[in-house]
Amino acid sequence: MNYLPSVGLEVHVQLKTNTKMFCGCTTAYGAPPNTQVCPVCLGYPGAMPVMNVAAIRLTVLSGLMLGCRIGAHSKFDRKSYFYPDMPKNYQITQYDQPLCLGGGLVIELGGQTKLIRLTRIHLEEDVGKSTHYAGCSGVDFNRAGVPLMEIVTEPDISSADEAVAFLLALKQTLLYAGVSECNLEEGNLRCDVNISVRPEGTGKLGTKAEIKNMNTFKGVQAALKYEVARQIRCVAGGGRVVQETLRWDPDLGETFSMRSKEDAHDYRYFPEPDLLPVVLADAQIEAWRATLPERPAERRARFMHVYGLPAYDAGVLTAERGVADFFEATARLCGNGKAASNWIMTDVMRLLGESGRSVTQCALTPEVLAELILLVERRTINLPTAKGLLPELFEQAGRPAELVATRGLGQVGGEDEIGRLVEQALAANPRVVQDFLAGKQAAAQALVGQVMKLSRGKADPQMAGRLVAERLAARQGGAAVS
Amino acid sequence: MGVSCEWLPNHGYRREGVDLANTTADIRVAYVANLARLELDEASCALFQRQLETVVEYVRQIGELNLDGIEPTSHGQPVYNVFRADEVRPGLSHDRVLANAPAKMGEEFKVPRIVE
Repeated sequence: MNYLPSVGLEVHVQLKTNTKMFCGCTTAYGAPPNTQVCPVCLGYPGAMPVMNVAAIRLTVLSGLMLGCRIGAHSKFDRKSYFYPDMPKNYQITQYDQPLCLGGGLVIELGGQTKLIRLTRIHLEEDVGKSTHYAGCSGVDFNRAGVPLMEIVTEPDISSADEAVAFLLALKQTLLYAGVSECNLEEGNLRCDVNISVRPEGTGKLGTKAEIKNMNTFKGVQAALKYEVARQIRCVAGGGRVVQETLRWDPDLGETFSMRSKEDAHDYRYFPEPDLLPVVLADAQIEAWRATLPERPAERRARFMHVYGLPAYDAGVLTAERGVADFFEATARLCGNGKAASNWIMTDVMRLLGESGRSVTQCALTPEVLAELILLVERRTINLPTAKGLLPELFEQAGRPAELVATRGLGQVGGEDEIGRLVEQALAANPRVVQDFLAGKQAAAQALVGQVMKLSRGKADPQMAGRLVAERLAARQGGAAVS
Repeated sequence: MGVSCEWLPNHGYRREGVDLANTTADIRVAYVANLARLELDEASCALFQRQLETVVEYVRQIGELNLDGIEPTSHGQPVYNVFRADEVRPGLSHDRVLANAPAKMGEEFKVPRIVE
């Protein structure tokens, strides 16, 4: 019998705010333990939480980007939870009236597209960070109270690869929306994975197990592969999957039951009395919607349509919003999308990769690249000269036209001048000419190389190639006559 | 922390809460005390059980009213959207933070080891 896995994700995203969800403590990463805390996020009695409007706005923006409905009336609830990383003994979260409802994200895998539906997006606060020592644990509350957006999917995902495709598409969308840094190393994106299996042909979902707190996409993929296989083995062998919370051990490559969290599931939710409900006016939502960028998939389609780019190129250029913006600005300035795409996909991407910088962290601007492209297009300089200038323009601000003028890099001009250089090259290399006349076609390239050398790289290589071919053909004709 | 959602696609979430009409004084003090990490002896459990049953019995009277079409209220006043601007404010100094800690370890709060 065949078994089908059903996987749902709960993705926790740290929002890009300056301060915590309910107090003015900074969210900066990497400070010494317990230096970014106050009575509110330490859960001191009597301390009152006040909502950070930026966290509400970023969550609504995420919902709009992902096609969610924005809840007409939204509220916060207390979730009872006893653990040392939770100073109040409850977490403020949203239970039955989240900020965003429904929505979905289309993933692409192996040429196929699939919609992964979202159940909801709600807002909550993060907990502290525990470090475990030999006989005790230490808690740092700097992270406690940081706004976390939780995106919950329907169990529409049916493989480990689909889960990773979803996470990548989600990360791309959130980066486009500018709602989170999505930095996995800093724990900006973590997820819980719900998994069940059922025999093919049955509609009812099997009993699910939940793997908690995965913080790498590779981990999600490996844990899912393992857990799906484990559940199928269990069910196929006549056993039953137990509903439980699991932990993934990346070193052993296995999931383990987290027994200490067994009775932690009785959360006893109730409305947070210290926070008033959120009721957003349509005008407010529309004002926020107006600030949304184009979605990655839409932008990719537009790049193909407007600039005539192949699907692959459009995909590479839209993978990151910064690169897509850079491309589009360059294309508009130089009026040549194809050339802008070629330059960015090869030379610029290579320089970015080598330097480990993002497109906004280098000196190169769309204005500079467009100027360089136009210098080549107008035949002021040749392509190799332009490519030679790029690393310098990537490192420090400069105007290509000025560099060309001050260094005399301009292309050696007309046919007469290059024709003279061709004659010079032919005269200086009689053996190469002989080789060509004897049928060795490649010898022509060597002669073009000589012409380029004589011009100090400034000749138009195409013109040099044409003139070499013409002169050689003339000699070939002459040889045949004599 | 995930909401303990039941996987019921398109059916929304199971609403949790006290169903007053069906609460036959079903308060298990010992169980709740365990959840709340409270240590209660048997005598205290029995005492609180009786007292809380009285409270629930009192509140149950609301079930005698016709509440059709009335939405549950989480707040008594129609006030919404009390927000704060996203501006950093100084917190507590490190010394003050740890001053009340029953136990500390370096810059961290020291707690019993709870780990899988």
